[in-house]
Amino acid sequence: MSAPLSLEQGLAGVGDRALGAVEQVGNFVQLGVRTARALFARRFPLRAALQQFESIAVRSLSIVAVTALFTGMVLGLQAVVSLSRFGAKPYTGSFVGLAIVLELGPVLTALMVSGRVGAGITAELGSMAVTEQVDAIRAMGADPVQKLVVPRVLACTLGLPLLTIVADVLGVLGGMLISAQNGISPDFYLSTVMSTVTLADFLQGFGKTFAFGWLIAAVGCYMGLTTTGGTVGVGRATTRAVVIASISVFISNFFLSKLFLML
Amino acid sequence: MSETVGTSRAVEAPLIELSGLEKSFGSNRVLRSIDLRVQRGEVFTILGGSGSGKSVLLKHVIGLLEADAGILCFDGQDATHLREAEWIGLRKQVGYVFQGSALFDSLSVYENVAYPLREHERWTEAQIGSRVAACLDAVGLPGVESLEPAALSGGMRKRVGVARAIALEPSTILSDEPTPGLDPANSRRIGALIRELQERLRVTSVVVTHDVQLCRDISDRVALLAHGVLAEQGTSDDLARGRLPEVAEFLEGAVGDEPSAGGEGGGVEG
Repeated sequence: MSAPLSLEQGLAGVGDRALGAVEQVGNFVQLGVRTARALFARRFPLRAALQQFESIAVRSLSIVAVTALFTGMVLGLQAVVSLSRFGAKPYTGSFVGLAIVLELGPVLTALMVSGRVGAGITAELGSMAVTEQVDAIRAMGADPVQKLVVPRVLACTLGLPLLTIVADVLGVLGGMLISAQNGISPDFYLSTVMSTVTLADFLQGFGKTFAFGWLIAAVGCYMGLTTTGGTVGVGRATTRAVVIASISVFISNFFLSKLFLML
Repeated sequence: MSETVGTSRAVEAPLIELSGLEKSFGSNRVLRSIDLRVQRGEVFTILGGSGSGKSVLLKHVIGLLEADAGILCFDGQDATHLREAEWIGLRKQVGYVFQGSALFDSLSVYENVAYPLREHERWTEAQIGSRVAACLDAVGLPGVESLEPAALSGGMRKRVGVARAIALEPSTILSDEPTPGLDPANSRRIGALIRELQERLRVTSVVVTHDVQLCRDISDRVALLAHGVLAEQGTSDDLARGRLPEVAEFLEGAVGDEPSAGGEGGGVEG
């Protein structure tokens, strides 16, 4: 094969991939628009939404709780040691409170949920897609977006902020447990948290989680509904969904934080 | 039976009409210029080897797949470029039996069969229950309402799929391989059900199959799909008189599987 031809082929390959990526983004946006429309459809799938809320939010409580508690504890541990070096140990509560409420509470909760829920959504919808169950919904004159996507997106978008509140509380308590063992009284610790962390700080972290929740469920649903290639395809789609959702959380976190700081 | 249908066919517009339909998955051309007319009230059987594109063809009939080229008319309406929401009214009139039965794993047999009723009818639970029981009875599966699909054998799942397809009493039934996996008695039962619905309620059926006996038992007209084109089509009478040599050859088992099946979407098989 001649060199110019392979260069041409290489460029064509890059072009095809770029076009494919643009098409995927376009389809994802289209699914978002259809989801938004279906939210206001005549027959809202309330029962399915409540079931999904139970499956997505309530059943994620334990892993979110453990993650937040131990993150708060390790933050407390590191803060006590690090801040003691320059006599700032009393600020442990302020440090832990701000770190948890602004970033670690929302982001770690989102990552845990994207691992558990994002993968679950993609695996379930992907299996339905490859066994023609999604086609069956369409063939019976129903809308898979309304039946499958709306309940999951809604449950995740509203469930993640609630889980984040739990994570914030347990993260701060985790820091308190370690502080108490290191000579900082719980009363003092909590008073420093309350005096440092403002309502605006809480709302900044809390507000971002609506976007994270939407992203995780929307990516999971999109990857699930577009799954092809049998059970191997389901595995591949699930892995990709978790990776894309997690990276989307990190990237959107930066821009959302910047946006909130400008407000 | 083909004679009666043939007489009315002359004056009625076809229920389903495909002209120049083409579909490719990547570089694999699955359907090449398909021309097909299905008349109201007939049982039309599409034969073809594995991977010949029969399932893909059937999915185009109710817009589950969109053609690359060609025209689709359904019930006198140009449905080629209908949007998903616009298909709903048409799909309500159609029962679709999926090749792999496509039962919802998360729902019981009862809820699976009740699904289209809950979607489109405002019935009481008693009315739904009575229709579900009647449909399951028609496919020879009385009393399985409370079972989960995972607890059923392949043949039972297939029959529940048929029960779900007839729940809304559709005017058209599209069946993708309705009998494989069924024992001979139940295979005959499904064939008899298709015939009975046609004779009693004038239900139009398009059946994709390689079940030779089923084809002989139920068809008013037969077509053979090979290499992405409808190689031959005619009435069962034509077949009996030897006017469809390729179909006859296929039924005798002389035609093998298509060399190139595949394609994206998992729907090419069959």
